Amino acid sequence: MSVLVVIECANGEVKKSSLEAASYGSKVAAALGTTATAVAIGDVQADALSGLGAQGVTKVLLDNDSRLHNFVPGAYVKVIAKAAEQENSTVIVLSNSNIGAAIGSRLAVRLGASLATNVVALPQINGSTFTVRRGVFSGKAFSDVELTSDKKIIAVKKNALEVETTAGATATVENFSADLSDADFATAPKETVKQSGDILLTEAEVVVSGGRGLKGPENWHLIENLASALGAATACSKPVADVGWRPHHEHVGQTGITVSPNLYIAVGISGAIQHLAGVNSSKVIVVINKDPEAPFFKAADYGIVGDATEVVPKLIEAAKALDK
Amino acid sequence: MKILVCISNVPDTTTKITFTPDGKAFNTAGVQFVINPYDEYALTRAIELKEALGGTVTVLNVGEADTEPNIRKALAIGADDAIRVNLKPTDAFLVAQQIAHYAKEGAYDLILMGRESIDYNGFQVHGMVGELLGIPTIAPAIKLDVNGTTATVEREIEGGKEVIEAALPLVVTAQQPMSEPRIPNMRGIMTARTKPLKVVEPVGQDAKTSVQHYELPPAKSGVKMIPAENAGDLIKLLRNEAKVL
Repeated sequence: MSVLVVIECANGEVKKSSLEAASYGSKVAAALGTTATAVAIGDVQADALSGLGAQGVTKVLLDNDSRLHNFVPGAYVKVIAKAAEQENSTVIVLSNSNIGAAIGSRLAVRLGASLATNVVALPQINGSTFTVRRGVFSGKAFSDVELTSDKKIIAVKKNALEVETTAGATATVENFSADLSDADFATAPKETVKQSGDILLTEAEVVVSGGRGLKGPENWHLIENLASALGAATACSKPVADVGWRPHHEHVGQTGITVSPNLYIAVGISGAIQHLAGVNSSKVIVVINKDPEAPFFKAADYGIVGDATEVVPKLIEAAKALDK
Repeated sequence: MKILVCISNVPDTTTKITFTPDGKAFNTAGVQFVINPYDEYALTRAIELKEALGGTVTVLNVGEADTEPNIRKALAIGADDAIRVNLKPTDAFLVAQQIAHYAKEGAYDLILMGRESIDYNGFQVHGMVGELLGIPTIAPAIKLDVNGTTATVEREIEGGKEVIEAALPLVVTAQQPMSEPRIPNMRGIMTARTKPLKVVEPVGQDAKTSVQHYELPPAKSGVKMIPAENAGDLIKLLRNEAKVL
């Protein structure tokens, strides 16, 4: 028996959120007196995966069937279910991403497992019952949930837990195949449209976000330049996406994307409760708004009252002066 | 084409969340409940598809009698009939089981729902329903079109989007910009009163999780203000004090 960790990769590297999942899985394995095995799918080489040893993983199963380079839920679930069977895993840990949710929900039914998503802390283990803390009410609260089935699947919220790193430790990488047929790829994407060059919003450690206080799309370069000086991803508020200044996939908030970076800088966003829901698990929040009564200041760690067009250029200048 | 839209009943997005003093339950006192916004995107798209291609839209809710005003609202927006499974939705698998059972019974071509509810944020039911029915789920979808027995769906992925063509039946979850929610008009509200709303009993009670306790996050310790003329100092504070740069 071992704890199985599902690894997502992008551009040939393990995603940061999957390093978090690996670290989480290894700690659960240690608490259960067993080891953590990872299963990796897609366009990645063994070299990139052996480094998972630093997160406490002992073995990595790699299925590099080229048909798996795109995400196909049915095929991915088949690979992971087979790995879980081979490793006799009763606990499966994955990242609370779109991919993690698609896999976890199907796998839970297939294996008869209890599933907890959006998990923010290690489980309390009491015999065969786990209790995990997860984010609910769109980031406005937490709930402690008991997972009562013998098998458990845990999807770990991004950036909620530190990645433990033991320098120099390596995992062995084994090739693995689930004998997939063409029928498993019935919903393979016909076309993939990537936004090249952007830092992934959901993976970013720093996010610079703009609202209607920017006055118009012609001022968006302020957000982009500050983000670029800080190595940050860019985002926006719902009104900005609704009027079409920015695409909907950048909209953070209750009905948009939820982010939990180390630093969230909100420029010209008043802080409606729906927006806060998408960002309030960020570690540090900076609010820049010309209205000193903006509700966002109550949820902020640092604040500046001032017009975006005057404040942001000063921030860009100071950010460029930082030594990297 | 027969479309099933699953809706859940959630606190309005402006709700200040509180719990009962023992932390065991959400405090519903004075809370306005609405159709889950993500489900509303699914509902509107279903109605648009029906208007363009013909067919029917059935809404399904797993909930107790207090959800009926929002089921009527869905009928007023344009759904043809409704099913309420008389059960408190305490667990994702429990809800998925109900949906899968009644979806199979009605032999729907397309099962739509929002990506997640804004209260429990499970993002689980879609995949569970697909797995229980043995059909694909495409989530989260930002665009959905149907041509004959084939659906073309745009799925959001981290850092982009994918275009998928798949044969019906399918489960598809909605998020923006799939559709623009509609406000029911007077005629819709009048006809909704007489549209069929069938109340059915739950199948199975097979929950896999149970909530023990709720808690609010700790309050922020207060905001440190920096004068606008010294805005550059903020960057230094973020590096040296907050240590996030």
